[in-house]
Amino acid sequence: MRAVQPPAGAFDGEPGVLRFITAGSVDDGKSTLIGRLLFDSKGLLRDQVAALTTARGAQSALQDGDIDLALVTDGLESEREQGITIDVAYRYFATPRRSFVIADAPGHEQYTRNMVTAASNAEVAIILIDASRLAGKGLKAQTRRHATIAALMGLKVIVAVNKMDLTGWSRAVFEEIRENFERVARTLAIADPVYVPLAAKHGDNVAARSPHTPWYEGPPLLEILETIEAARGVSAAFRLPVQRVLRMANGARAYAGRVESGVVKPGDEVVAMPSGQSAVVESIRTYDGSRADAAEGQSVSIVLDRDLDLGRGDTLTSQDAQAVKSVTADLCWLDEAPWEKGRRYLLRQATRTTQALIESIVFVREMTELAEVSEASGLKLNDIASVRIKTRDAILGDLYGARPATGAFVLIDPVSNQTAAAGMIREAA
Amino acid sequence: MSALIKSSPRLSHLDRLESEAIHIIREAAGERTRLALLFSGGKDSATVLHLARKAFWPEKLPFPLLHVDTGHNFTEVLEFRDAEARRHGERLIVRQVEDSIVRGTVKLAKAEASRNAAQSVTLLEAVEEFQFDALIGGARRDEEKARAKERIFSHRDEFGAWNPKAQRPELWSLYNARINPGEHMRVFPLSNWTERDVWTYIGREGIALPSLYFAHPRDVVRRDGLLVPATALTPPRVGETVERVSVRFRTVGDITGTCPVESTAATVEDILIETELSDLSERGATRMDDRANEAAMERRKREGYF
Repeated sequence: MRAVQPPAGAFDGEPGVLRFITAGSVDDGKSTLIGRLLFDSKGLLRDQVAALTTARGAQSALQDGDIDLALVTDGLESEREQGITIDVAYRYFATPRRSFVIADAPGHEQYTRNMVTAASNAEVAIILIDASRLAGKGLKAQTRRHATIAALMGLKVIVAVNKMDLTGWSRAVFEEIRENFERVARTLAIADPVYVPLAAKHGDNVAARSPHTPWYEGPPLLEILETIEAARGVSAAFRLPVQRVLRMANGARAYAGRVESGVVKPGDEVVAMPSGQSAVVESIRTYDGSRADAAEGQSVSIVLDRDLDLGRGDTLTSQDAQAVKSVTADLCWLDEAPWEKGRRYLLRQATRTTQALIESIVFVREMTELAEVSEASGLKLNDIASVRIKTRDAILGDLYGARPATGAFVLIDPVSNQTAAAGMIREAA
Repeated sequence: MSALIKSSPRLSHLDRLESEAIHIIREAAGERTRLALLFSGGKDSATVLHLARKAFWPEKLPFPLLHVDTGHNFTEVLEFRDAEARRHGERLIVRQVEDSIVRGTVKLAKAEASRNAAQSVTLLEAVEEFQFDALIGGARRDEEKARAKERIFSHRDEFGAWNPKAQRPELWSLYNARINPGEHMRVFPLSNWTERDVWTYIGREGIALPSLYFAHPRDVVRRDGLLVPATALTPPRVGETVERVSVRFRTVGDITGTCPVESTAATVEDILIETELSDLSERGATRMDDRANEAAMERRKREGYF
């Protein structure tokens, strides 16, 4: 047994983290691209590479004396049997400039919910397009759906135009795909997508520039990932959903939670929502000592200058917050059981759970032309819709675009306990 | 507690992981009522215990520590486990695989067989005995492929089984911990940590660990590219030569299935340097049972393994 002392200076200067999702199907070469990113950044270890050569025996495609990079990400036995990726798999790799978390989401329509899940904790989406099968045909419905989800979740988009080798490295094909995607981006209000021509299997424009694309002036994909700025803005408004009430040594109450947006300092006046009671922050406490402030992402405990009737489910806020019982929200239906009109679901926003009722469907997004279908009467698995929701208890009227952590909610089926829908508040009334 | 007032507008990668883990542990305690923290004395569980103490400071943990002892654990690790629980004044529950064998709920093919898989039975018996509705553990997604797909709040049915095809979607930090009677949740606060993150954090925080994790001389035999400790449970085979080698353990599980690696790393910093250079994953280098079958972990997890 020993007490370990940290070596001085050993843990400073850590690079930041970028979380991104990869959207596309096996056919688009998605798993191969992830395998390539991990392989080229030395994110794979020797035994993991060795396992790839035994994992699928005869089916293992050893191309160019290469390993089958797609097998890196196919984690579950049942998936290997079917040759498709079913669930979200998380991968970790790093370059000297940045650490990365990849949420590898499946591409098929029946797994839209998994992509939504992956997107909810990401900043960037790589949307993969198979250039060889698209020339002259326009974008697949799947690509439009992936773009829709990236737009809903507020992700920055990189369009990876893959299998460029099979088009003879045709600049015309690349430009055609770019123009097609630009139209989708305008419809969905996706700001400034980035485009890169790739051959993931051979590594062209993944970690290093390809000699085959002299007409492409941008950096390779890995460099784009190293330098891209996450789209989600930092909000100045303070939000700390209370997770638990702790007792300090002197008996004072401390409200434990994570700052989801903004900054708080001792002396700040805060409002407890939804009750609206005000108090002044006396101190910010942690195991490691008192703090001069607490910013977005920090788990702390807040001591106020007076005792409020406040507990889990309430949120400490700056003065701008409003409590509402009715919102308009984008919804992605995630449950195999369709929405039942008139039924009460549980709505979970930050640490608060209350009952909710979908009063009406404003529109369902049709995925071929991305049209808004207003006469829709139901919601089923993978539907993306705009709805009006009424809640029993007041919730925070935060908009997802400004404050994603508190502008997001899930609906839970109170009988099956399944997570039925993901929601993003667009209007609070 | 230090009197130092700290201010840091930008969180480092490690700060963010720490904060996320604390948030997860507080959510578990907020959504479920009968929890336990799985504490084996291993480095990952020591890290989770440290994070849990931060999450509820200055209060004690609102749940006990639980260890399922295979009866094949290294003495140093068990002593460390008991000493840590005592030092922090936390309640420790230990349940023995040996007792499940006596009850007849665990049957082993051979007396000296690995008891890693048998732990699941004893664990589920403990869940039933104490009516636990959530178990907090130190598993990480970077450990291997089946773990890579596991949720942070992972549902277990009334048989303790994980169904990878029916996992609940897990969005933002909105964890759905609702269960029916007899079911429970497994909660993994270190899901997004890598082995390197854990070691870096152990170094930064000065988290105490069993001495096994650091280089020490040990009698081993070389078998199939692994160093197998020469112990009463794992005696040398005919024709094998016992050597005294400077080794350390990267994981500390069942003696019959855990191998050390050759190492001279005496400090956390040394280990970090070695880990950077190593080209074998943590399980690949040290776990005999995982190597036997690439899908071994997924099968064990479906059967209720942690």
